[in-house]
Amino acid sequence: MYGGGNTFEPMKATGIENEDPVLLAEFEARIERGEKIEPHDWMPQLYRKQLIRMIEQHAHSEIIGALPEGTWITRAPGFKRKLALMAKVQDEVGHAQLLYSAAETLGKPREQMLDDLVTGKSKYSNIFNYPAFTWADSCFISWLVDAGAIVNQLANARGSYGPYCRALERICAEESFHLKYGHHCVIHLATGTEKQREMMQAAINRWWPPMMHFFGPPDKASVHSEILMRWKVKMSSNDDQRNQFLDMYVPKIWELGFTIPDENLKKNTVTGKWEYTEPDWAEFKRVINGDGPCNAERLAVRRTAEERGRWVRKALLTPKTEYVTPLA
Amino acid sequence: MNTLAVKELLYKMADDQLILGHRNSEWTGFGPLLEEDIAFSSMAQDKVGQSQALYQLLHELGEAEPDTVAFTRNADQFHNSQLVELPNGEYDFSLIRHFLFDTAEALRFEMLTQSSFEPLAKLAKKIQGELRYHTMHANIWIKQLGSATEESIGRLQKSLDEAMPYALGLFENSEFESDLISSGVFAGEEELKSKWLEQVEKIIDQTQLTLPDVLTLTPKTGGRAGIHTEHLQPLLDEMSEVFRIDPTAEW
Repeated sequence: MYGGGNTFEPMKATGIENEDPVLLAEFEARIERGEKIEPHDWMPQLYRKQLIRMIEQHAHSEIIGALPEGTWITRAPGFKRKLALMAKVQDEVGHAQLLYSAAETLGKPREQMLDDLVTGKSKYSNIFNYPAFTWADSCFISWLVDAGAIVNQLANARGSYGPYCRALERICAEESFHLKYGHHCVIHLATGTEKQREMMQAAINRWWPPMMHFFGPPDKASVHSEILMRWKVKMSSNDDQRNQFLDMYVPKIWELGFTIPDENLKKNTVTGKWEYTEPDWAEFKRVINGDGPCNAERLAVRRTAEERGRWVRKALLTPKTEYVTPLA
Repeated sequence: MNTLAVKELLYKMADDQLILGHRNSEWTGFGPLLEEDIAFSSMAQDKVGQSQALYQLLHELGEAEPDTVAFTRNADQFHNSQLVELPNGEYDFSLIRHFLFDTAEALRFEMLTQSSFEPLAKLAKKIQGELRYHTMHANIWIKQLGSATEESIGRLQKSLDEAMPYALGLFENSEFESDLISSGVFAGEEELKSKWLEQVEKIIDQTQLTLPDVLTLTPKTGGRAGIHTEHLQPLLDEMSEVFRIDPTAEW
């Protein structure tokens, strides 16, 4: 799962003026025609840099995202949920594997990306810096965070970089199962005992602000990204994605008899857009820069996993027998 | 057919699969490389699914529903071997345990495909196919890490020495052993153990590891009779944390 709100490289110096104008024009024309750019094709440095950054953030979000839900695998109530949640979180780790491979086609090795994650140099989706206190929190994530991710990923799957688009197509197919699983869990809590309903309502109240943050800052406050739109790196605006999510899921939440903790939330029947209280963007900024409820914990877990597994990776690199690839 | 004997056999196998499946799932998000997170999760899903199928057979013999059996018993009512309940430890211990356990399970279910208890023979054929991948996975890793670096060999050797007495506990005899053998339900723990040793030796011989002399070891038994280490009850408390909020609720 992953959201929008990617943090792109600052665009003050794009370096485009140093690119070969003929190659650049041909590159842009190909994208304009809807062709995909492949790993061995010529591409501007800025394109390569921004894509590595975006795909890497996405991959990191998948493995960090496995942590808050992963803690509920061992506590899932009953065989059906236990098996489904294991498979769901396994999918997320598989997405990370797929995405690191896609990013590697642009020249950055996986090990280096993982190093940048644990040192805090690269970012991941902000929403995973919040804790999953109860079973209902894990149900919220499976249903609604994954739903938000699908909105973002379906848009990105129409982008210009071939390996990323192909990875996203596979990912979206799996995410749609996650969403069904999550919805199924939430329906059971909604129609269950008083206690189950209360758990789910509390989870919605807790997760609503991070969910609104999920798609990134409002367009009017976003970094100018015209060139990324033209190159089909960024495929739709943060506000458009947020609106699309609200349009699809607010009615479903209300239908189950839950409330959403925003009294200003309503659809404007004239514009067709949703109106809402702006979430606290200062908090968003604070959390994304490392000061959220779980940032330290998430990175510490990842760092420990990297350190504990180092001897295994080293042993894989030093086989005693050397294999020679046959020439024919 | 002695139903009590069959139930005892099913319970110990189901409990083994459930508890080790649960332990394997604890690797999700923590593996030494992403591919191992994914592999341990696949094996976890297979094992938990296998336990569910075995509890279902028990249910057909008059025991409670699989969810109730799995999520509401206490440690002293579990019949798993102590090997599977031990904490994951470092990857070397998890890998060695996986190798020792799955080598035994693959052979156990292969033997059970011949069981005179028809529903079990049928299920064993299906499970046997899944376990083939588990042993393939274990063997590849044991051979690789067991002959790679000084550190990897040293770690695997230490874990092998630690796990071996617990692995021997897998073959703790049942009081119904002779019943099971004579009725053709299961050819028995002794036969399984000798096949297992042969297979374990075959793989270990291809590495720089040394198999401890089993004759000098005291098997860690008791698990089959509900005697467990201090690690099982906390695992069960965690597993049933949500379920116990309201065992009658639909989750």
